Amino acid sequence: MAVCIAVIAKENYPLYIRSVPTQGELKFHYTVHTSLDVVEEKISGVGKALADQRELYLGLLYPTEDYKVYGYVTNSKVKFVIVVDSSNTSLRDNEIRSMFRKLHNSFTDVMCNPFYNPGDPIQSKAFDSIVSTMMVQAC
Amino acid sequence: MDQGSAAGSGGTFISLSDTEQRCYSGLYALCQPDSSGKPAAGKVAELFRASQLPAETLHQVTEACGAKRLGYFGCGQFYVALKLMAAAQAGLPVRLESIAGELPLPVFVGITNELEMHYPNQPLTNESQSHILGSVAGSAPRPPADRPVLRHPDTSMDKQEAWSPPQSPGISPPRSPSAYRSYPYGAQRNGTDTLLAYDAKVPGRPSIPQENSSPSYYSVKLQPEQPVITRVASVERLVERVEVDYSDDPWRITEEQREYYTNQFRSLQPDLSALIMGTVAKNFFTKSKLPIPELSHIWELSDVDKDGALTFTEFCTAFHLIVARKNGYPLPETLPATLRPGFVEAGVVTAPPSEKILFGSVDLQVTSRPGVTAKQEARDESRKPEFSPKRIPEPHEKPIQHVSTLKPDSPQELDANMKSRTRPRSYSSTSIDDAMKKVEEPPTPPPRPQKTHSRASSLDLNKLFQQSGQGSRPSQHSLSAKSGWLPPPPALPPRPPATQIFSFLPGSEKSSQKAVQQPNFADFSKFREEQESSVRGLSTEDLTPPKSESTVVHQGHAPQKPVRRKLHPESQSATPPSATPYSAATLTKSSQRPPPKQKREIQMAIRKNRETNAVLTRLNSELQQQLKVVHRERVTLESQLELLRPVAST
Repeated sequence: MAVCIAVIAKENYPLYIRSVPTQGELKFHYTVHTSLDVVEEKISGVGKALADQRELYLGLLYPTEDYKVYGYVTNSKVKFVIVVDSSNTSLRDNEIRSMFRKLHNSFTDVMCNPFYNPGDPIQSKAFDSIVSTMMVQAC
Repeated sequence: MDQGSAAGSGGTFISLSDTEQRCYSGLYALCQPDSSGKPAAGKVAELFRASQLPAETLHQVTEACGAKRLGYFGCGQFYVALKLMAAAQAGLPVRLESIAGELPLPVFVGITNELEMHYPNQPLTNESQSHILGSVAGSAPRPPADRPVLRHPDTSMDKQEAWSPPQSPGISPPRSPSAYRSYPYGAQRNGTDTLLAYDAKVPGRPSIPQENSSPSYYSVKLQPEQPVITRVASVERLVERVEVDYSDDPWRITEEQREYYTNQFRSLQPDLSALIMGTVAKNFFTKSKLPIPELSHIWELSDVDKDGALTFTEFCTAFHLIVARKNGYPLPETLPATLRPGFVEAGVVTAPPSEKILFGSVDLQVTSRPGVTAKQEARDESRKPEFSPKRIPEPHEKPIQHVSTLKPDSPQELDANMKSRTRPRSYSSTSIDDAMKKVEEPPTPPPRPQKTHSRASSLDLNKLFQQSGQGSRPSQHSLSAKSGWLPPPPALPPRPPATQIFSFLPGSEKSSQKAVQQPNFADFSKFREEQESSVRGLSTEDLTPPKSESTVVHQGHAPQKPVRRKLHPESQSATPPSATPYSAATLTKSSQRPPPKQKREIQMAIRKNRETNAVLTRLNSELQQQLKVVHRERVTLESQLELLRPVAST
C-alpha cells in the first residue's frame, strides 16, 4: 500500500500528487522531486531505441530507511512515482507493477476525457478513487 | 427450487441462493435511501463495519467486488461484496473465486433490527431450503455458517418475531413464508438448541450445491431469480410504491427526451450506431454553458467504455446528465443505474456474450436489479417541473413505451459496450480491471470512404480504377494491382502511371513484340478486364475504350495480338525500368506469357536503359564543362580580389 502517489508531466511538473498522512506531505513532495533525477537517469540510459527497448516500469528508484520509491514512465514521458513504506515488506514487485498498471489505465481514462486538457492537474474523481484504493488504508 | 437449479445452469458469474437473494436484497434496500439507485455510501460502510471484518479485508472486498472501480456500490457490487464478506467471515481469502461456491450468509453486528432479523433466519431458511427443495440449490449449510450465527443467538431470538411479519405478507415464493414463519418461532423457542441441532446436521449435509453453483454465473442465475425478487419487492413494497415501472426518477430518460437526444445525435453524427468523437462532443456540450469540470465529470460518468467517444447510449446519458444539471439536479458521483447503458427495465436481461468479463455481466445485472428495487426510493422523487417544455417528462404515460424501446436498445448497446469493453489495453495484465480497460485506441471513426491501401501507390491508376471499376472486384483489382504494379518509388524515372501509358496507347511506338506487351498484359489486362466488365459504357476515361479493347483482345486471341501491340509497346517502353522488377512477378502470375516474350521485353528494357544512360552521360559531361567554366571564372575573380585587397587594406 502506497504512502504517496504522484503523477508528473513530461515537463516535470506534478499533475497529481497525493499522500496519505497529509501532514507530512512536504516531505513526500521533496522525495518525489528528487526521484525525478533518478527517473531521468534511467530513461536517458537507453540511447538508441527510444521507447521500444525501454520498459515502462522502472523499478525501485531508490530506497531510504523509511520508504522505497518506485518509478514508471509512459511513452509520452509522463511519470508515475509511488512511495511505499519500507516497513511494508510484503509488497512484491508484481504488486507494484500492477499498481502502476492500474494507475496507467486510469490515467488513460482521464486522458480520454475530451474535457481534460493535457497538462492540467488531474481532477478526475475516478482517478482519485483508484488512487485511494492503492493508498494505505487509514480507516 | 427453480432458482436453485438455475444456479446450476452455467453461464453466470456468481450464484446466489434464494436466501442469500432475499437477505441481500433486504440489506440492499436498507442501504439504499438514495434516489439514484445506489446504496448510500455511509450506510454501506456502516454495514461493512458491522461485519466485524478487519478494515483491510473490507477494502479488499470493496476492491474485489468492483465497487472501487465504479466508485459506488451498485446492486451487483453490493451483492458480490456481501458474498465476499461471507467468505471472509468463513475464513476464505477475499477473492472472487472463493465466492463462486455456496457460502453462508455474512453476519453483521447490530446495524438494525431488520438486518438482524435476517441473520438468524438465514441458516434456518438455508436449512429449510435444503429440506424443502430437497436438492441442491440452497446454500449448503456448513460448519462455518453456524459460527456467525452462534455469535448472536440473543439478537436472533429477540428479533425474529419482529422480522417475520415483514416477510410474511404475501411473499410469492410459496415455500418461503411458511419456512420463515415456522422456523423463527422454532428458533425462538429454543434458539440455541435449534442452532446446535442445525450444527449437528451440517456435517451430514453434503455440499452438493457447491458443484452446481460454482460454475454458474451471476447473470444467468439472476435472470430466473429476478422475477422472484421482483415479486418480493413488489409485494413487500406495494404500499410504498405507487407504480412499479413508472418513474419520477430524474435519472430516467423519457421517450420525448430520448427522441430529442436522438435528433441531436443525428445532427452530430447521422449514423445512429456510430460514435461521436470526443472533440465533437466536447464542442457540442460546451454549448450548454456548464462549467468545464462539471462537463468533465459528466463525460467520465457517461463514457462507460472509456474510448474517448460516445455511442448513442452514452450520448443520451451525457445529454441527460447535462439536462438534469441545468435544471438544478446535483451531479451524481456515479452513474445512476437507470442511465447505464445496459439498463433494462425489470425483466429479462440478456446475458452478454460470455466471453465478457464478470464485471460486464455483473454490470448487466446491476442495471436490471436496481431498476426494480430502486423503484421504491425513486418514488419520492418529485416531478420535474423545471424541465423545459420540450422535455416534459410524462412518466406515467410513457414508461411502458420507454421500457419497450429501451429494451431493444440496451441489448445492442450492451453488446456494443461489451465488445468495446473487451478491447484490451496493450499493456494490461490478466487482472480483471485491466482486461476491462482498453488501450488508447482511436475510436471507431465515422463511416468514411475506405482508403484501399493497395491503391495508395499509383494514384492515377487508383482514381482510374475507381472511376471505371467502382467496386467491381476490388479485391482482385488490388491484388493484381499490387502484384503487377509495384508502387513506383519516387526516384524512378518517370514511371508512367496510367496516364502516360494510356497516352501512349493512342499510338506512337510500335515495337511490336508480344513480349513487350506482356507486362502490360499482366498489368493491365486484368484491370482492363474489370474495367470493361464493370463499366462498358464509361467514357470518362478516353483510355478505357482502348484498354478495354486491348483487354478483350489480350484475353487470349493470339492472332489479334499483333494488332494490339501498338497499343502496348509504348507502355512497355515507358515502363521498362519499372517493368523489370515486377514484370517477372506479373509474368509468373499471368499464365499466358511464353518465355521468349520475356527475353524480348528484357531486351527492350535494356535498350531503354542504355538510351537513358547515354542521355544522362551527355548531360553529365555538359554539366562538367559548365562546372569547369565556372571554376575558371571563380579563379579569375579571386585573383582580382587579391590584387585589390592590399590596396583596400591600406
